Amino acid sequence: MQVDFTPFLLSFKLAFVTTLLLFFIALPFAWWLSQTRSKTKPLFEALSALPIVLPPSVLGFYLLVLFSQTSPLGVFLQEHFHISLVFTFWGLVVASMMYSFPFMLQPLQSGFEGLKQEMIEASYVSGKGKLTTLLRVALPNIKPSLLTALIVTFAHTVGEFGVVLMVGGSIPNETKVASVAIYEMVEVMDYDNAHIYSAVMLVISFSVLLGVYVFNHRYKRHIGAFGS
Amino acid sequence: MISAWIEKKVSKEFSLEVEFSIEEGSFVAIAGESGSGKTTLLRVLAGLENAKGELKVGQTLWQSERFFLPTQKREVGFLFQNYALFENMTVEKNLLFVRKDKELAEHLLQTVELQELRKKYPSQLSGGQKQRVALARALMRKPKLLLLDEPLSALDSAMRAKLQNDILRLHKEFNTTTVMVSHDPSEIYRLASKVFVLKKGKIVDEGTPKEVLLKMQGSQKFTFSGEVLEIYKSDVIYVVVVAIAQQIVEVVVSSEEVGKFYVGAKVSVSAKAFGANVELIE
Repeated sequence: MQVDFTPFLLSFKLAFVTTLLLFFIALPFAWWLSQTRSKTKPLFEALSALPIVLPPSVLGFYLLVLFSQTSPLGVFLQEHFHISLVFTFWGLVVASMMYSFPFMLQPLQSGFEGLKQEMIEASYVSGKGKLTTLLRVALPNIKPSLLTALIVTFAHTVGEFGVVLMVGGSIPNETKVASVAIYEMVEVMDYDNAHIYSAVMLVISFSVLLGVYVFNHRYKRHIGAFGS
Repeated sequence: MISAWIEKKVSKEFSLEVEFSIEEGSFVAIAGESGSGKTTLLRVLAGLENAKGELKVGQTLWQSERFFLPTQKREVGFLFQNYALFENMTVEKNLLFVRKDKELAEHLLQTVELQELRKKYPSQLSGGQKQRVALARALMRKPKLLLLDEPLSALDSAMRAKLQNDILRLHKEFNTTTVMVSHDPSEIYRLASKVFVLKKGKIVDEGTPKEVLLKMQGSQKFTFSGEVLEIYKSDVIYVVVVAIAQQIVEVVVSSEEVGKFYVGAKVSVSAKAFGANVELIE
């Protein structure tokens, strides 16, 4: 029996690209949310958490409408950049980034909020600007949160189904990721392949999560070992 | 000369409204009850909080109606109550992060006697060691204004004395103007040449530590409360035996006074400062 691993590769490629891009987008936003005293903060928090609550099909449907050739945005992208975000890999990336945004944002934000504010201020008093403070003081001190954000975003993107199906369809080598492939196998009652695919997904997901928890446990013990 | 006029709402009940000037190179303490606006004042001086007013350090304007020099550009050193070290950096890196000046870092580490711990991380240090690192770090910028926010309140008395010496030595060596928030009269007495007393955001008293502290401490006498254990007659006088904390004290009273005491009564024993005996305990 020949197992086609392309859907897996596509899943991981999608997850990798999404995680990488999302990190750079969510990082400044998470930092801003953790530091701001603005009254608009709850508004932005609610907006960014929407993908957790919304059914993936709702998000997928809106994105489909937004990216389609009949919407102003779709027309604009097609005419000026010759990009179509419907049923393409990059369309999946954009959709995944929206869908996984809170999973990147929230661990980072709570990590930053857990830092002692005085440590941040000590950096400012030392003459350092916001960017230096973020990169050299804040970020290195939230390693467990950082790892959680990256891994959970990655895993969540691998596990995506609804949004991917809506926006990407199931085009082999382009948008047919593992979760969609499994769905189609079950539909045509190809249970043998569905079993293999599902088992691979299960083992990978579990290993990734186990790795995160082991790291966080060790990190905490390392910090706690010396007391204060 | 550092001159300041600052106004800022601190809470619903009161706002910080102060106006003062400090001579450059002097050591000033800010005393007062907690919640009187001391820390807020310090943070405004550092530029960590916004406020109305004007602040001038030497010839440089730090703040006015339309101008606000950001914290990063103010030449200040700030010592936080909880040390606020960069946990991800070693002792040495904490200093070098401020300014890449190995010589100065070396000198400061030597002054606070921490050369041996240079490769350690903050989580491996004791409270006193942490605050000494923080002090050294604060001086890496050679600040014009050194701001200390109750820096020693979490330390034991031996460590406190050591740090007081370090602070005083570095204050003199770097010729900084130092402003310290403190609760501790003996600390103020040892370090400061001038004290401002803050109450509900206003300066209610200022002067040398001697003038201000003696007033602050109220009447000049010791008072202890205790319980009467026994009353007996000795010749023409009466003696009342009083338990004060862990000690038993005998106090002489006249026959007119003795009538109001009884065994089990709560009493206070006091002595005027100028009439009291001082004896070495150790």
